[in-house]
Amino acid sequence: MAKITFIQPDGSSQVVEAQNGVTVMEAAKLHEVPGIEAECGGACACATCHVYVDEAWREKTGTPADVEEDMLDFAFDVREESRLSCQIKVTDALDGLVVRVPAKQF
Amino acid sequence: MLESNPDNGSNGGGTIEADVVIVGAGPVGLFAVFELGLLDVKAHLIDILDKVGGQCAELYPEKPIYDIPGIPIVTGQQLTDQLMEQIKPFGPTFHLGERVDSLQREGDHFRLVTDQGTAFKAKVVVVAAGGGSFTPKRPPLEGIESFEGKSVFYSVRKMAEFMDKDVLIVGGGDSALDWTLNLQPVAKSVTLLHRRDDFRGAPHSVEKMRQLVADGKMRLIIGQVTQLHGSEGWLEAATVKTKEGEERIGVTAMLPFFGLTMKLGPIADWGLNLNENLIPVDTEKFETSEPGIFAVGDINHYPGKLKLILSGFHEAALMAQKAHQYVYPGKKVLFQYTTSSSNLQKKLGVK
Repeated sequence: MAKITFIQPDGSSQVVEAQNGVTVMEAAKLHEVPGIEAECGGACACATCHVYVDEAWREKTGTPADVEEDMLDFAFDVREESRLSCQIKVTDALDGLVVRVPAKQF
Repeated sequence: MLESNPDNGSNGGGTIEADVVIVGAGPVGLFAVFELGLLDVKAHLIDILDKVGGQCAELYPEKPIYDIPGIPIVTGQQLTDQLMEQIKPFGPTFHLGERVDSLQREGDHFRLVTDQGTAFKAKVVVVAAGGGSFTPKRPPLEGIESFEGKSVFYSVRKMAEFMDKDVLIVGGGDSALDWTLNLQPVAKSVTLLHRRDDFRGAPHSVEKMRQLVADGKMRLIIGQVTQLHGSEGWLEAATVKTKEGEERIGVTAMLPFFGLTMKLGPIADWGLNLNENLIPVDTEKFETSEPGIFAVGDINHYPGKLKLILSGFHEAALMAQKAHQYVYPGKKVLFQYTTSSSNLQKKLGVK
């Protein structure tokens, strides 16, 4: 179980509780976090669940696998801390995770 | 990708007469051919992609699907291939790389025209368009719409149009690389922009591109475009963010290749009732608000709807019963099983 904070581009934030094993994208969709579209439903086949992982959490969430890097090519304003939230699995270790939702998914 | 538009067997000038035109060649559109075929109804399929399979082939060809009844595991591409095998006896005609732009009732039939000008006269139309048509993604750059068609393009129709242009190509896949290589000898200058120094495209294309860069024949920038500059649709420059900071580069044309997304597209203009971009249907025949036009698969909506391939298969089977009535008015359908009916087995070519 982990508490995850989603920060919107306007600074507002929302804390959601996520079960271990679900993805950060699924947790966002379950709690209707705005700005996480997940058009492909979590197949790592689009880039519309793009998030920026807070600096303090980047080590724990790890780096994108090759397929995820490839898919990040389709995202906008990709940064060092960019991840696709469907590729981050929730574990106890991620309790307190903070991610930022980009201004636009496309 | 979308820029290719090979001749696909359509006869260009004349109108193609069809029992049924199926809009969308995803798994449900393909299976509709089977169910219609068992009832002697022939189908033409139109799809904007240059291949069959819809999302299965475009989004997750290698990904496993676990909920197709009787098939514990199958990939998107395998399912597509198997469906193609299954519908082979019914000889469907495919029109790929075409988008149906208009659909109108004309007397006792429907007239459909694609963006390539192919026209159909059909007794029945089945909309199996999934999430809509796959269209190139538009980068969310301020004011990009005003440049589209004049200086910003998502596909290349005539290379000669880029002869006097300083072209900025954005992306790291085969489309971006292929057009970089094709336009480099034609355009005034070519700059390829990609967010990382790693490319998804074919290795030999990457090699060729790197050689052109080494020879000083084109420029490669690792970074991302953040702003477009120009006026009245004519691009003059783009601001590019790189590791070193921001740079303003003079370009007069841009080709962004950020993959495809699904948009409802022209379906919205066909006069059908819509409910949040979905087409409401009844659950007996899966017919829309327009008699003779059906909607099956992800694009339709009814109470309890689940966007599952298996639901689409069921919908296609029931749709076919009613479609048969439109194609063969007054003719009765005898309900039969493929297992035991020698008549059906003959159609399937197994007897």
